Amino acid sequence: MAAVQETVERVRSLDVDQYKYGFVTDIESEKAPKGLSEDTVRYISAKKNEPEWMLEWRLDAYRRWLTMQEPTWARVSYPKIDFQDYYYYSQPKAKPKSLDEIDPEILATYDKLGIPLREREALLGIESTAPRIAVDAVFDSVSVATTFKAELAKAGVIFCSISEAIREHPDLVKQYLGSVVPVSDNFYATLNTAVFSDGSFVYIPKGVRCPMELSTYFRINERNTGQFERTLIIADEGAYVSYLEGCTAPQRDENQLHAAVVELVALKDAEIKYSTVQNWYPGDKDGKGGIYNFVTKRGDCRGDNSKISWTQVETGSAITWKYPSCILRGDGSQGEFYSIAISNGYQQVDSGTKMIHLGKNTSSRIISKGIAAGRSENTYRGQVTAHRKASNARNFTNCDSLLIGDKCGAHTVPYIEAKTASAVFEHEATTSKISEDQMFYCLQRGLSSEEAVALIVNGFVKDVLQQLPMEFAVEAQKLISVSLEGSVG
Amino acid sequence: MNVVTPQIRTAAEQALVDAVDQHLAAVPIAGRVGELRRAAAAAFATHGLPHRRVEEWKYTDLRAILREAPPLAGPLDAASEAEATFKALSVPGAKRILFVNGALARPASDLLALEGGIAALPLDSALAAGEPMADRVGALAPQRYDGPLALNTAFLGEGLVVRVAAHAKIAAPLHIANVFTKDDPATTYGRVVVLVEEGAQVTLVESFQGRDGVAYQTNSALELSVADGAHVDYVRVQEEGDAALHLGTVMLEIGRNAQFHSFTQTSGARASRVSVYGRFSGTHSHAGLRGATLLKGRQHADTTLLLDHAVGHCESRELFKTVLADESHGVFQGKIVVRPDAQKTDGRMMSRALLLGETAEMDNKPELEIFADDVQCGHGATAGELDEDLLFYLKARGIPQKEAEALLVQAFVGEAIEFVEHDALRELLIARAEAWLARRA
Repeated sequence: MAAVQETVERVRSLDVDQYKYGFVTDIESEKAPKGLSEDTVRYISAKKNEPEWMLEWRLDAYRRWLTMQEPTWARVSYPKIDFQDYYYYSQPKAKPKSLDEIDPEILATYDKLGIPLREREALLGIESTAPRIAVDAVFDSVSVATTFKAELAKAGVIFCSISEAIREHPDLVKQYLGSVVPVSDNFYATLNTAVFSDGSFVYIPKGVRCPMELSTYFRINERNTGQFERTLIIADEGAYVSYLEGCTAPQRDENQLHAAVVELVALKDAEIKYSTVQNWYPGDKDGKGGIYNFVTKRGDCRGDNSKISWTQVETGSAITWKYPSCILRGDGSQGEFYSIAISNGYQQVDSGTKMIHLGKNTSSRIISKGIAAGRSENTYRGQVTAHRKASNARNFTNCDSLLIGDKCGAHTVPYIEAKTASAVFEHEATTSKISEDQMFYCLQRGLSSEEAVALIVNGFVKDVLQQLPMEFAVEAQKLISVSLEGSVG
Repeated sequence: MNVVTPQIRTAAEQALVDAVDQHLAAVPIAGRVGELRRAAAAAFATHGLPHRRVEEWKYTDLRAILREAPPLAGPLDAASEAEATFKALSVPGAKRILFVNGALARPASDLLALEGGIAALPLDSALAAGEPMADRVGALAPQRYDGPLALNTAFLGEGLVVRVAAHAKIAAPLHIANVFTKDDPATTYGRVVVLVEEGAQVTLVESFQGRDGVAYQTNSALELSVADGAHVDYVRVQEEGDAALHLGTVMLEIGRNAQFHSFTQTSGARASRVSVYGRFSGTHSHAGLRGATLLKGRQHADTTLLLDHAVGHCESRELFKTVLADESHGVFQGKIVVRPDAQKTDGRMMSRALLLGETAEMDNKPELEIFADDVQCGHGATAGELDEDLLFYLKARGIPQKEAEALLVQAFVGEAIEFVEHDALRELLIARAEAWLARRA
């Protein structure tokens, strides 16, 4: 009840059309020349001091990208993107040697965002009340800080920026990078492969349970910048890791581009839990500005009895195009997808998942809650496939949509393909609005309509919120009520 | 969706384009319908047969399936007619109109002229006579390109127009039977246009049968208008020969306060596809669309449904059951669209598949596209094999495996057949399903 009260107060305290992370940090930055060419790719690679094989890989992707066409099958519409109109690389000028040397402006930015980058404080003060989280902070194109590295190293966990991993752990990177999302997987993934600037790399060794939650925080600051991050997480046999990801961007009139690739590899008996709270700037109340979010996320349950779980809370971005997927290759592997996608204003969301059952006795579960308000369009698009040899594959899918207002749209497009008799697939979807009875019940107990909606929506998404780690759940709950601001009355 | 494919025609497509040209010259039709036919021919020449890159045909690659384009069946002979009269499905108490190899068999048909409020006329004579009913051809066609329908329109000629006068209650079902009897492959095209006027009530049956082992093709299209307050039951039985290709298009418009119930039973053809385009044009109507598909061997059957709630306060229910034995392949694609302002829409869609064969495949794609907020819509889809516990229960009581299976399959399919209101028809459908099971065993 306390959390609900908090939500209600939050709703009350905010104006319509307010995005609290919309500030700009004024720091000097160094950018690649505007536009995209082989030179841009070479520039990025050189900036990162990358080995030759990496540059070759990037150039190969760039050449393939030139031959590819932008996909148009998603239910989103936006003016044609001029890929030459973006900066593909931007980094803060001063390079920090250690956490203490980070530009105070950047530290202040992360403080404002509520992300602690100073280990000291975390160790002294907050430790007793909250669990510690190791953070990799990515500011525009580069990782500016990674906390708790030493402590993680003690457990054998590697947690660093991907550029560092390319230099320090080339064997691991060579073995796994691009093994889940191949170079020419899709238009945006290929673009990412060519120009990705930073992101996180995680390796959990055999049998290790990662001692703390790992987290990456993405921030797009510069004008006209595209952020292309690349995340690679490997859980070796019997390992476990929980990983959180958060994103924000300043309020700007033009559309910024974000095309990320996330690859997860779970070996035998390993488990990866990946949680995202995506709160990129969604554009203003007239639909101006906002982030174009084109993301390829895929997990490969490579070993037997491995498990990958995606949880996402999507409230931001003008356009979301995102389908975190699981390839259930190992026998007995499990995939999960829990999603809350909220769209308001002129936002367009086309999101969902793919569960590809290849191994025997694999199981997957999809719980998707879409909420459309204002003039937004919210689409769930998902695929569940069991291949010939995936005997005893199991899937349960539930996607519910809630419509608030009569100018929005909610759509469901599932593909369910059973190619073996022993597969058991269940799929259900519903679309409805908040019932008059529910509203009446709340109103006659003295809640205002906005409070009532926040309460009912929180109940609607409860199944998914429960899957989030504690701190994220609270954050997500606040975000949900703020996102629905101004949708009633 | 927006995939641009280079227009290289397959041999079959080229043969079809040539055949269309010949047909346009051989069978002239004047006026609006003639215009429509030319437009359809031009559209087919541009777009050709749908293939798997076309979203609606993702699971049924017609360009790959339709490799040969057999000629039109040609004139009717007495022997074929006699054989068809004997072979055609017999619905107790029904008035039957018989099409043999795509041509209307006049002597063997109960052609009715405003008897008790129902009139049925051959399409060609209706067109020639300038009947107002004939002018309804193409009125319910969907906006977007549909390959088989374009071909059906381009080959327009044979068919039937039916009018049920306002407030007429027609007790005897009207049965339009199609039988293919030839030994050589041929293609048949048929168009049926039905108008059920205000407050009228009728049961309509369409059946499709044909010779096994002959790779013939049936392309049928039905345009059915259910006016305000009318009540229509429609049953479609597809038992084509085992080498046939069956392409069907069913277009529906449902007026205000109307009731529409349909049931489609599919067990024939090597490959089949039925596209249903339904649209509510008046409020407070109810539509129940149901079907059962029984496949074995390497059969392929695709049911694709688009239900457009263009106005509010309507209710729709869909239930489709698919039984897949051996290596058969079932497809169900259903889409409920709720337009802006179609408030108080209530739509439920369910697709259930039972996979009996280890390598059988079921592809389900139930879609919701909703632009109004005060609605209740849902869909469900399941796929799985027979419940081991239920089988064990029956076997423990001394029922052999095969029989126990048949019993369970019968119950599974029966859930959908139950909705057929007409007693004799329901019994007939149950009997056909049982016969299918018996043949399999």
